Amino acid sequence: MKFISLSWFDLMLAASLIVAVAGLSLRLHLGLGKQVLIAALRTVIQLSLVGLVLKMLFENVHLLWMALIALVMLVAAGYEVVARQQRRFTGWWGFAMGTSSMFISTFTVTLIALTVVIRPDPWYTPQYAIPLLGMLFGNSMNGVALGLDRLTHTAWQQRAVIEARLMLGQTGSQAIADIRRDSIRSGLIPVINAMAAAGVVSLPGMMTGQILAGAAPLDAVKYQILIMFLIAAGTGFGTLAATTLASQRLFDQRHRLRLDRLK
Amino acid sequence: MSLEIPPGGCVTLSAPSGAGKTRLLRAIADLDIHEGHVYVDDRECGQWDAPMWRRNVALMMAENQWWGDTVGEHFARAETPWLQALGFDRDVLARQVSYLSSGERQRLALLRLLGNQPRVLLLDEPTASLDEENVTRVEALISSYRLESGAAVLWVSHDVAQVRRVASRHFTIAAGTFRAVSQ
Repeated sequence: MKFISLSWFDLMLAASLIVAVAGLSLRLHLGLGKQVLIAALRTVIQLSLVGLVLKMLFENVHLLWMALIALVMLVAAGYEVVARQQRRFTGWWGFAMGTSSMFISTFTVTLIALTVVIRPDPWYTPQYAIPLLGMLFGNSMNGVALGLDRLTHTAWQQRAVIEARLMLGQTGSQAIADIRRDSIRSGLIPVINAMAAAGVVSLPGMMTGQILAGAAPLDAVKYQILIMFLIAAGTGFGTLAATTLASQRLFDQRHRLRLDRLK
Repeated sequence: MSLEIPPGGCVTLSAPSGAGKTRLLRAIADLDIHEGHVYVDDRECGQWDAPMWRRNVALMMAENQWWGDTVGEHFARAETPWLQALGFDRDVLARQVSYLSSGERQRLALLRLLGNQPRVLLLDEPTASLDEENVTRVEALISSYRLESGAAVLWVSHDVAQVRRVASRHFTIAAGTFRAVSQ
């Protein structure tokens, strides 16, 4: 099988379709034309920059560069987790929780995948490490953000229930146990759905990409299965860590519900 | 303000809304960060394990809360005589909370609290949603629990007749201090 490289002219042909959509929007007064064009421009600029970074990384394979990129991704993911919260922890707590649970979930799982399962040489080969990190960050970020949002939101709404349980002599973690379980579940539902529907309802993106790049379908399928498992594991660990940290932070050492720690 | 309730004593408190009655009860139950000191048996609140403190210093709010499906899930202990005193039999423990009337829920919330055998009862208008018959039952159960176990009761009530029935002493809050009201 052969991989057909795209020229910039090919992309301009595709861009003309976007311009057509923008023109249609102008004609129909949808007020979306500008947004579509700006978003398309951002796609081009952002992805091209990433392409340049990846090119540089692939040409200079070094653990230090990989670590730096991973760190940038980690901080960005931690920030995104917090940004999706309706009720955030005050101060640096939200960011610290998001980052540390992303660290637990994504870094450990990627490390295991690279050193035990795929075993490229060296183990931090960017061609494998970067896509793995990217997919794991992107997906477990969703789980962590959903789980945390559910936890803080429900704790806020069910304050009276939590306090009624505290008043019966339950500890903070007993009083929030049900809410925490629901939050973990809502963090994991997307990835469970994705695994259950894979191949039947949707063709997963990475597999599609590998097939387009000329890989044999069965090889692509194996990688996709691996990725699905890693994502499920990462999301599971991450959501568990985030909701555990957050439910501890919602109570003080006297087992009082401290909603004042949210804003 | 300073207040001491002897074992088996019942102090009632009434004050206009916003005066801080509920805040006071929540502080005593150690649900909010607070200043001042609360002692049970000469041991200060901070020396108790917090969940143990709240099992001994039980707070009952005007609105009761339920989280499980059936009544029984919420009970650590359910004494049959107490259930009967409030007009229930043991079957009530298997019933769905959502099918209970608001009066039934309030009475069961009291029983749930008594299951911990608290030394102090903090009651925030516990009979506000009850009809006359149930008010009598609840008052009788609290009185008998108080006298049998020697628990101290701090009871917020706006019902003048109720205050007369249950209180050994009565206070109001005015300008941030307790004021004793002679009966």
